[in-house]
Amino acid sequence: MDDRVILRVGTKVLSPFILLFALYVQFHGDYGPGGGFQAGVIFAAVFVLYALVFGLERAMEVMPAKVAYACGALGVALYLGVGYLSMFRGGEFLNYSYLFDPEHDPTHGQHYGIIGVELGVLVTVFGVMVALFYAFAGRRRIDT
Amino acid sequence: MSQNLPALLVVVPMMLAPIAALINRSGPAWVIATSGAWFAFGAAVQLLRRVMTEGMIVYSLGGWVAPIGIEYRIDQLAAFVTLIVSAIAAVGVLYARTSVASEIEEDRHALFYAAFLLNVCGLLGIAITGDVFNVFVFLEISSLSAYSMIALGQDRRALTSAFQYLIMGSVGATFIVIGIGLLFVMTGTLGMADLAERIPAIWASGDGDRTIAVAFTFLTVGVTLKLALFPLHLWLPNAYTYAPSAVTGYMAATSTKVSIYLLLRFFFSVFGVEFSFEQMRLDAILMPLALVAILAMSSVAIYQSNVKRLLAFSSVAQIGYMILGISFGSVIGVAAGIIHLFNHALMKGALFMAMGCVMYRIGSVRIEDMKGLGKSMPWTMAAFVGGGLSMIGVPMTVGFVSKWYLLQAAIKGGNWLAAVVVVVGSLMALVYIWKVIEVAYFKRRENDDPIEEAPLSLLIPTWTLVAASFWFGIDAGTTSDVAMSAAESLLGMMQ
Amino acid sequence: MISFALFNYWAVIVLMMVGFYALISRDNLVKKLIGLNIFQTSVIMMYVSFGKISGGTAPILIESGGHGGDGHGVQVAGDAAHAMRDNAEILYSNPIPHVLMLTAIVVGVATLALGLSLVVRIKEAYGTIEEDEITRMDNAA
Repeated sequence: MDDRVILRVGTKVLSPFILLFALYVQFHGDYGPGGGFQAGVIFAAVFVLYALVFGLERAMEVMPAKVAYACGALGVALYLGVGYLSMFRGGEFLNYSYLFDPEHDPTHGQHYGIIGVELGVLVTVFGVMVALFYAFAGRRRIDT
Repeated sequence: MSQNLPALLVVVPMMLAPIAALINRSGPAWVIATSGAWFAFGAAVQLLRRVMTEGMIVYSLGGWVAPIGIEYRIDQLAAFVTLIVSAIAAVGVLYARTSVASEIEEDRHALFYAAFLLNVCGLLGIAITGDVFNVFVFLEISSLSAYSMIALGQDRRALTSAFQYLIMGSVGATFIVIGIGLLFVMTGTLGMADLAERIPAIWASGDGDRTIAVAFTFLTVGVTLKLALFPLHLWLPNAYTYAPSAVTGYMAATSTKVSIYLLLRFFFSVFGVEFSFEQMRLDAILMPLALVAILAMSSVAIYQSNVKRLLAFSSVAQIGYMILGISFGSVIGVAAGIIHLFNHALMKGALFMAMGCVMYRIGSVRIEDMKGLGKSMPWTMAAFVGGGLSMIGVPMTVGFVSKWYLLQAAIKGGNWLAAVVVVVGSLMALVYIWKVIEVAYFKRRENDDPIEEAPLSLLIPTWTLVAASFWFGIDAGTTSDVAMSAAESLLGMMQ
Repeated sequence: MISFALFNYWAVIVLMMVGFYALISRDNLVKKLIGLNIFQTSVIMMYVSFGKISGGTAPILIESGGHGGDGHGVQVAGDAAHAMRDNAEILYSNPIPHVLMLTAIVVGVATLALGLSLVVRIKEAYGTIEEDEITRMDNAA
């Protein structure tokens, strides 16, 4: 653990805002630049920062490696799940227009479909990024 | 549901992969992988049937039609290749249970099966997509999962060979992206059907024809790197030698085949046979390389002492046969290439699986360790002989069928040199297969430790492939019909 | 004469060759990966250059009062073409290359991560990441 107070306090203060910013980027993706990829990386950056300042062990208490792995897999499942749902509803794979009942406005399906898919991307990218960081940081140092 | 079959073919394995990884237990993960592979097999059979009766199936992902969205376009060739991939995957996954349990650590099994499913998904995706950038995405899905599966080998050289494959494979894939980008900038589209329409016009107009030629070059080099055509094959022998046996058997039968399919797709469907063979003179490059591949790699195979490595070099030689057939540019030549695609998948799969059985019992596949195995593992070695006969091209085996078509194509094209090389290559195959058979059947073991026959869970999949290689050797009508009509539609036009 | 109007393509070529050279000539596996990454990055730059239209703005749909869209900026397939016609006076850069490169970046990250993890395991197995030493150890074995 790093004993520099500014870093520790700074990390603690900034973390929630970074998380919030990630969510902002995520939902801004519906209308403009942004989306799951960027948001996922920003989300993961918080945990990387936390691990750098407070040490890997404490970061793993906050976000266990198993959860990160599970996120990586769950996000993909969520993404594809939206696709399957639209298929079961009678449309093509990932045809969001079919997500709701036929009398519903298809644009609503488009809207929520994108949100679901982007959420899947967010979760996967976040999980994979954290898992990658853990995998490399967790290896013991090999000296020759 | 049936109209969604093209999408399901790809997304079912894709969906099962994260589930297998999440469950993270060996047994259930295997069950999931098996159901995924067998689902894909069933879907591929259905699709092939439908394509043969109704013609090409077009499926728009997300309901977005071609120039905007991604299309899956399944013609005879695509359906045939998906059938090859999913059939080998279905047999290979049965084989994997025992083989993987003995060669890979327990805690990695689930991840192995997840990678396997992703690989299946990637290869099937390449085969059925009608969008060139989507090809790249699926190519990378299949390649990345292949690298990680190879790295699971027991020998530490598996790591270096996986790394080598990663470097060369990524360069190949990047070349493909460059080619795709250049095509995109000239035509403004990524759909294969649109590209096929617009490229001739741009070429004829003379404005930007150089960009098209450069794109063609990048694609050629990239794809031939992926399919391990002779001078670009360096990643293949090591990767096949040190990968776990189940992976070698599966990959040798599928991944290079799909790359050859990609070559056919780009040269015949996207650029068109006239452009590829008359303007770019592709045959002038492919044919010499194929001939050299057959002769040089067969002779290298003769001098190998590790049987898996021997078979790997033989694979490079056999890829030479397929490319030779394609380089004739005639219907029968292309058909010969496509038939050999299928036949080689069967026989090489069977041979590598037989070696996996040997590995399972004696922990080595070096020729000198295989003395007397003909007696102690009769079924395994009989399977090897069966696959070997096919490799040599003995009548009544699939190997004979493809050589027969190749010879016909060579003679029709008046290319006697190619005909001679095909025959000489078969004789060389006889030499390297005989080397193994001689040691296994006619040499005595020095020590008397009893060696048991491989378990049935390994033998049944192996023999399934051997039996298939005899079945399709005797009843060659089915495969050659599909291959001929696929070749005709490739050379005729993109419907 | 060499034209510098297309200087970004020159940068692409230089980067590509730098990466490719590092990839071929270096023995150190990490340096090889760095070379590979530079090589791949140059392609990203190439695609983004393709998509740029002089004077074009970022491809975000600008609402043209009253026409197109349903007030939320959400478009369905049929409306997209309609809205494009309405906004014909606004010049957009081509968004497709950017989208494609988003995918390529992800692929690049995955390749790099897999490559690095292989390097870590090679280091653990061999104790070195120099290719010539690894080859020597393999040949000796």
